[in-house]
Amino acid sequence: MSDTKKNTSIAYPALPKTPTGIAGLDEITEGGLPTGRPTLICGQAGCGKTLMSIEFIVRGAMKFNEPGVFVAFEEKSDELAMNVASLGFDLKKLQEDKKIRIDHVHIDRSEIEETGEYDLEGLFIRLGYAIDSIGAKRVVLDTLENLFSGLNNQAVLRAEIRRLFHWLKEKGVTAIITGERGDGNALTRQGLEEYVSDCVILLDHRVINQISTRRLRIIKYRGTVHGTNEYPFLIDEDGISVLPVTSLKLAKQVSTERVPTGIPALDEMLGGKGFYKGGSTLVSGTAGTGKTSISAYFANETCNRGKRCVYFAMEESPNQIIRNMRSIGADLQKHVDSGLLLFNASRPNMYGLEMHLVAIHKIIKKFKPQVVIMDPITNFINIGSVSEVKNMLVRLIDFLQDEQVSVMFTALSLNTIVNEQTDEGVSSLVDSWLLVRDIEFNGERNRGLYVMKARGMKHSNQVREFVISDEGLNLIDVYLGPEGVLTGSARKQQMLLEQTGEAIQAHSIGRKDREIARKRKVLEAKIASLNSEYESVEEELNKVYLEDELKKQILETNREEITNIRRGGIAQAKTTGGK
Amino acid sequence: MEIETEEDKKWELRLYVAGNTPKSVTALSNLKKYCEEHLKGQYRIEVIDLLVQPQLAEGDQILAIPTLVRKVPEPIRKIIGDLSNEEKVLVGLNIRPA
Repeated sequence: MSDTKKNTSIAYPALPKTPTGIAGLDEITEGGLPTGRPTLICGQAGCGKTLMSIEFIVRGAMKFNEPGVFVAFEEKSDELAMNVASLGFDLKKLQEDKKIRIDHVHIDRSEIEETGEYDLEGLFIRLGYAIDSIGAKRVVLDTLENLFSGLNNQAVLRAEIRRLFHWLKEKGVTAIITGERGDGNALTRQGLEEYVSDCVILLDHRVINQISTRRLRIIKYRGTVHGTNEYPFLIDEDGISVLPVTSLKLAKQVSTERVPTGIPALDEMLGGKGFYKGGSTLVSGTAGTGKTSISAYFANETCNRGKRCVYFAMEESPNQIIRNMRSIGADLQKHVDSGLLLFNASRPNMYGLEMHLVAIHKIIKKFKPQVVIMDPITNFINIGSVSEVKNMLVRLIDFLQDEQVSVMFTALSLNTIVNEQTDEGVSSLVDSWLLVRDIEFNGERNRGLYVMKARGMKHSNQVREFVISDEGLNLIDVYLGPEGVLTGSARKQQMLLEQTGEAIQAHSIGRKDREIARKRKVLEAKIASLNSEYESVEEELNKVYLEDELKKQILETNREEITNIRRGGIAQAKTTGGK
Repeated sequence: MEIETEEDKKWELRLYVAGNTPKSVTALSNLKKYCEEHLKGQYRIEVIDLLVQPQLAEGDQILAIPTLVRKVPEPIRKIIGDLSNEEKVLVGLNIRPA
């Protein structure tokens, strides 16, 4: 891409541009206003024409060392100095340093009589003198309209203004001419300046739903590409900031770094590590489901890790949030004191959507946080339609992704039917979506947390019970009993019931064991008695057998004795007989 | 009455021109003619060429060329153009009431 760009710039030298130094404007115009050519800034009264042109002169003198001449047809030099002093511009000092020159051209119709032919050579000479005296590179004429109210001869004036534009080009100064908007769609009253200018910028100040927004649009820019959309701009103590918001390139850098949520169990649900850095997260739920608590924990965790965080509070004041979060174990005050946490509290209807976007941009650019929290985005709906809010959030997410800032939005959903939820239409845009829901059962309300989506990471598909206690936030596996999902006291009750069951069962098992043991004892006793019975029977039988044996022995002895006796041995018979 | 009191004073007129353009020449000759006719002996004409002295343009708030400025009598009056309309010049300078 960059190579081709270089090649073209070599082949066709690009139009030289003069940076305005106004934040954002140089980006839209891709470099600034056309150098050495006149630019018309037009718009209705009070839209910031004079301020933009004086900022062009002052920034030129201070930042780019290009002296400038401011020709004021409306305000006197002192008035002008006073008007811009609030922006920190010291016109007196700059004039003394010969950096700028303010020339007040006063035209009073009552003092002037016209007769015959004339031209505006006097103005040219004055301007030429002013330019040459400080070597000016920039010129502002604010506003040429006054010439027409002071002088009568329209034909002469028109011819002279045409000549003035050519003369400015010849002088080689980068000029801004301001013009009031004409009737109807005309850009200027005279319908002349826009044709002779090389660049036309239209400023607009619109009020929609009682909220005013300043917008800027580049209508024409000869010889260069430029943004054609309407860009909102903001006037504050730093001057004008224009926001080039609609960069719709989907070519962002992505990070694989992860950011913990501050709730370990939630990290667990998100693949064990938390969100992606630079990712966007939506926490939605009905009122009182703990959305703010989740986001405050995220902020707390970020600051605990030593990273910066901006908390955009749109409903509660910072003190209120700090107090409330202390009750659940998150000390945010400590981080505010250490400068890691910045609260930005504003009501959404303070200004328009675009202004919010500009303000958010400014804060983020300045503070450079790693995490941004917007609590809640729902209130934006008060100041714009759903599609407008969505548009704004798309651009915000876009910008945050560019800056590699993780963001957490909270959104209040009014109905609890998940599929019908709109969430300001951002649920499809965000990278992860946590849904906190009421689970009403058995006369009590408990919170359940789902991870509806989490792009690019493994995540739990389970509902967890979300418990907020003094110790902080925790997620508990919900109980899946025979009667379905149980939470809260029903879960506890069921768990108790199960414990009781186990005890009873354990008890009954013991009893059975003992019975068996007893039975065994009885049987063993029986076996013992049978054994002894058997022994006695055996003994009995043995006794008979022994007696028989003895009888037989005795009989035999007797017979031997008798034999002996018969043989004559008496003594031997006596011994044997005594046995 | 007004005319008479003013006639007592001296008329200081200043004509701003830018070089020797036809308009400037016409304006100067017209002015001289009217003054000779109506203010003989009581006027003074100063011609300022802004090409020579551009820094003087701011003081009298000069835009158009040629511009005739009546410095005295007060208040300051300005007449722009080549002064071709005698009536308008005389009224503009308050030499003749409107």
